[in-house]
Amino acid sequence: MQDLPRPETLVAAVAAFLRAEIAPQIKGAANFQLRVAVNALELVTRQLVLAPGSDAAERQSLESLLGRTGTLDELNAALCGAIADGSAKLESRELQWHLWSTTMAKLAVDQPSYATYKRALAQDG
Amino acid sequence: MRAAGAAGVPSPHVLHVLDAADGMGAGFIMDHVAGETIARKLLRNEEFAAVRPKLPLQVGAILARIHALQPGNLPPLPVTSARKELAHLRDAYHRDGQPRPVFELAFRWLAERAPPDPATPSLVHGDFRTGNLIVGSDGIRAVLDWELACRGDPVRDLGWFCTISWRFGAIDKPAGGFGSREELLAGYQAAGGRAVSLQQLYYWEVFGSLRWGVFCLGMRARSGNDRSLERAMIGRRASEAEIDLLHLIAPQGD
Repeated sequence: MQDLPRPETLVAAVAAFLRAEIAPQIKGAANFQLRVAVNALELVTRQLVLAPGSDAAERQSLESLLGRTGTLDELNAALCGAIADGSAKLESRELQWHLWSTTMAKLAVDQPSYATYKRALAQDG
Repeated sequence: MRAAGAAGVPSPHVLHVLDAADGMGAGFIMDHVAGETIARKLLRNEEFAAVRPKLPLQVGAILARIHALQPGNLPPLPVTSARKELAHLRDAYHRDGQPRPVFELAFRWLAERAPPDPATPSLVHGDFRTGNLIVGSDGIRAVLDWELACRGDPVRDLGWFCTISWRFGAIDKPAGGFGSREELLAGYQAAGGRAVSLQQLYYWEVFGSLRWGVFCLGMRARSGNDRSLERAMIGRRASEAEIDLLHLIAPQGD
């Protein structure tokens, strides 16, 4: 077992340092690139924190939907096949629920400030 | 761009089109056009407050003029249709390799509802959205970025302008974040465009979200070669298209 602090704590600290201390000293195109870099580090932090739980939930949901086991990649490929051949239908409540919850989990990592995501979160709550 | 300018589409004056003798590749030189292209400034800055409500009508009128341009006066352009475009998008999605159930659902939804191939395909700008327009305090001064122009279903341009990503956060104003679909379509018809139903427009908005999502995957693929961080991060915006697609074809609370 590795010691503390955990990776997400360290990456978050690097991002905060760059944003608060370094970005104000850098101008022009390099400043833009630095902000993209900080955004990337913040995304990685969110993924380190959130993905273990959301991946496990996605896998469980896929297994229940498809009635089989497998890796996330295999199960998602199987669901894609079922949608493409028409055996999984848009009208299915269970499918809609699964797609909404997995997509919300992606947005929580990728883009938590995206307007459609914030609207959907508010409707959930 | 010259043909569009001659037909009354706000266009920069093209001074010179590069040829082989210039030794600089493909391109052209145009006059400077003063104004703003950045969507967030156009949607939020006070200096554009007065022009914002006028933009949906103006965009409608400009698109009507673009779509009325006769192909005989244009360089040869590829002819496309919803079905052909979907096949191209599907190829790009498969090249990416990651299975995406939401995209699969959108492909199926769009295939089942694809409009018939237009009998007389119109000129389609192909990337008509905020960011590719120069806007001043008096309105749109220039339409840029014609490199995706083709001939096909003109409603595609209207739907692309309304695609949720191109509202840049102002999601309750479908016409580019500036106003309503009804204003956009009214401007379109008033300038000679044909009657377009909200349902036809909606089809191309769904198509637009999928097109943007697949484009994001392409950015990720290319980032492997040039290691551009910005491109890699655009790859992470494919999920933005996924939530928009769900919002459109499987809305919550139904």
